[in-house]
Amino acid sequence: MEEVSGGILDMIGKLMTKSSRREKRRDVHLGDRIFYYSLKASAWTLVFVLLLMFGLILQMAWPAFQHFGWRFLVTNEWNSVTSEFGALALIYGTVVSSLIALVLAVPMSIGVALFLNELAPRWLSTPLGFFVEMLAAIPSIVYGLWGLFVLAPFLRTYVQPPLVDHLGFLRLFEGPPLGVGMMAAGVILAIMIMPTITAICREVFRAIPQSNREAALGLGATRWEMLKLAVLRSSQAGMLGATILGLGRALGETMAVTMVIGNNPDIKVSLMASAQTMASILANQYAEADSPLHLSALTAVGLALFLVSLTINGIARFVVWRVNRKYVRGH
Amino acid sequence: MAVFRPAVGDRRRKFKSHLMMLVLMAAAVLGSLPFLFITWYVLQKGLGAVNWDFFTQIPKGPGETGGGVANAIIGSGVLIFLASLSGIPWGMGVGIYLSEYSTGRTARILRFAVDLLASVPSIVVGIFVYGLIVVPFGFSAYAGGIALMIIMIPVVARSTEEILRLIPAHIREAGLALGVPRWKVILRIIVPGSRAGILTGVMLAIARVAGETAPLLFTSFGNQFHARGLNQATASLPVQIYTFAKSGFEDWEQQAWAGALVLVLFVLFINLTTRLLMHQRGAKGHAG
Repeated sequence: MEEVSGGILDMIGKLMTKSSRREKRRDVHLGDRIFYYSLKASAWTLVFVLLLMFGLILQMAWPAFQHFGWRFLVTNEWNSVTSEFGALALIYGTVVSSLIALVLAVPMSIGVALFLNELAPRWLSTPLGFFVEMLAAIPSIVYGLWGLFVLAPFLRTYVQPPLVDHLGFLRLFEGPPLGVGMMAAGVILAIMIMPTITAICREVFRAIPQSNREAALGLGATRWEMLKLAVLRSSQAGMLGATILGLGRALGETMAVTMVIGNNPDIKVSLMASAQTMASILANQYAEADSPLHLSALTAVGLALFLVSLTINGIARFVVWRVNRKYVRGH
Repeated sequence: MAVFRPAVGDRRRKFKSHLMMLVLMAAAVLGSLPFLFITWYVLQKGLGAVNWDFFTQIPKGPGETGGGVANAIIGSGVLIFLASLSGIPWGMGVGIYLSEYSTGRTARILRFAVDLLASVPSIVVGIFVYGLIVVPFGFSAYAGGIALMIIMIPVVARSTEEILRLIPAHIREAGLALGVPRWKVILRIIVPGSRAGILTGVMLAIARVAGETAPLLFTSFGNQFHARGLNQATASLPVQIYTFAKSGFEDWEQQAWAGALVLVLFVLFINLTTRLLMHQRGAKGHAG
């Protein structure tokens, strides 16, 4: 009996909220209408800003596209004296530095997230978690400064010489150990995206019901097997989403990379060599562009960066959204 | 599956498990080192160069010793103020609209737009403002402020929305049932009720834009002197650090570290206070 009346009350409640929503446009108070429309305007202006951003950047980049066409994306000459601009080396630099960052940061972040969520006692996980989270708060210019004056000399003195000596036959580690270059950029990016990936992984792991873990342990799994079976296997999609979001951050990162990558638009296999990314060339040359074509070519690079980061983030949202939906349905 | 195998491989399985636990622990320790290293170096190298002149003088010529970054600190303050002036109310408006009014498909579109705007690389925001403001009017504090504002809005909007969603529907209904107009319910009951949460989001947004460099490089540009007006190129602390860091002069490099120290302390201070604030609130339970 109680259940029935509860159900009816529920239904009435739902009907009431529904009708109140439908009738909100008939609000009698003038103040309500003004408030509603001004909020609505503020929200939709954002969409307009986004479209304006795309339109304006496209317009500024247009001369370069007209002048170079598809050559712009497949040649790697970047010379403001001869006005030859091709972005291939920049795309290469962006992709490779971000990939290095992912290779380093993804396993690290998953390990950190597993340890903090599943193994560490509270007194340990609180400070360690704090240290990792705070990495996201440090401004990228500070990373750049640290990378330039601490990390790069460290790599030059302690990491790169042994790599050249022992693995120099791989073309990845040939050439003089300069410190600044692709390797330093990859490492600094890895540090910068680690908090993002770790935070999302921790959230994903937290969503897994405790009973799954208990079931695995109850079947005789060791702790590691439990983590593998109950935690990692069911959060693959979430970890993928975290990785893609990390990639999105790495691609657009500007200042830290600019300061440690050496700023040389050239494609070299060696990770020791200096390179250039799409974002870093903008920081380097935009304010000092020599000619309208140079500025337009730089803007075209910006447009490409804009579109790539929108796509990557769109994909990541989609993956995360699907994970969420699965969970909502599953429970 | 491995777990159903008879006890023959038990020792190996246990060994592997212990080994992996060690690996995970090592990852966690290694993962917390960068923060400690970075703050340590910033403290150690920055403290030496922080003195009275650093805060009160403007930069000396290249290669000369002494001088400070007063112009950059004031410039940063002005830029943040300009950005907050419009960015905070705008962002809050969007957040309130998303949580209180919008449902269904429009909400999804708007939320997606906010997310996309948040994910635009900040240097691209710089290009946009360059085309919009700098090309017609030249480098100015306004241009830098607008760039920072665009970065701020999605941050404030998202945190405001998330916080307002925590407030249970019956509070709104109670207000409406008493005949209070909806806008008053929102502005007098809902928003004040989540003051602490909204303030946290706003402070974090300020901390975020305080360290932004890339969007300022070609909007507010930089200035070795005090700017004489808001329509002038204006120095900012992050850009000044960048200029000093790549200058090659030892004294300027020192000051770059000192600038980084000021930035890091500011950002950490805001993060710690907001954490404390939220923690206290959490301990008290949901204020609702």
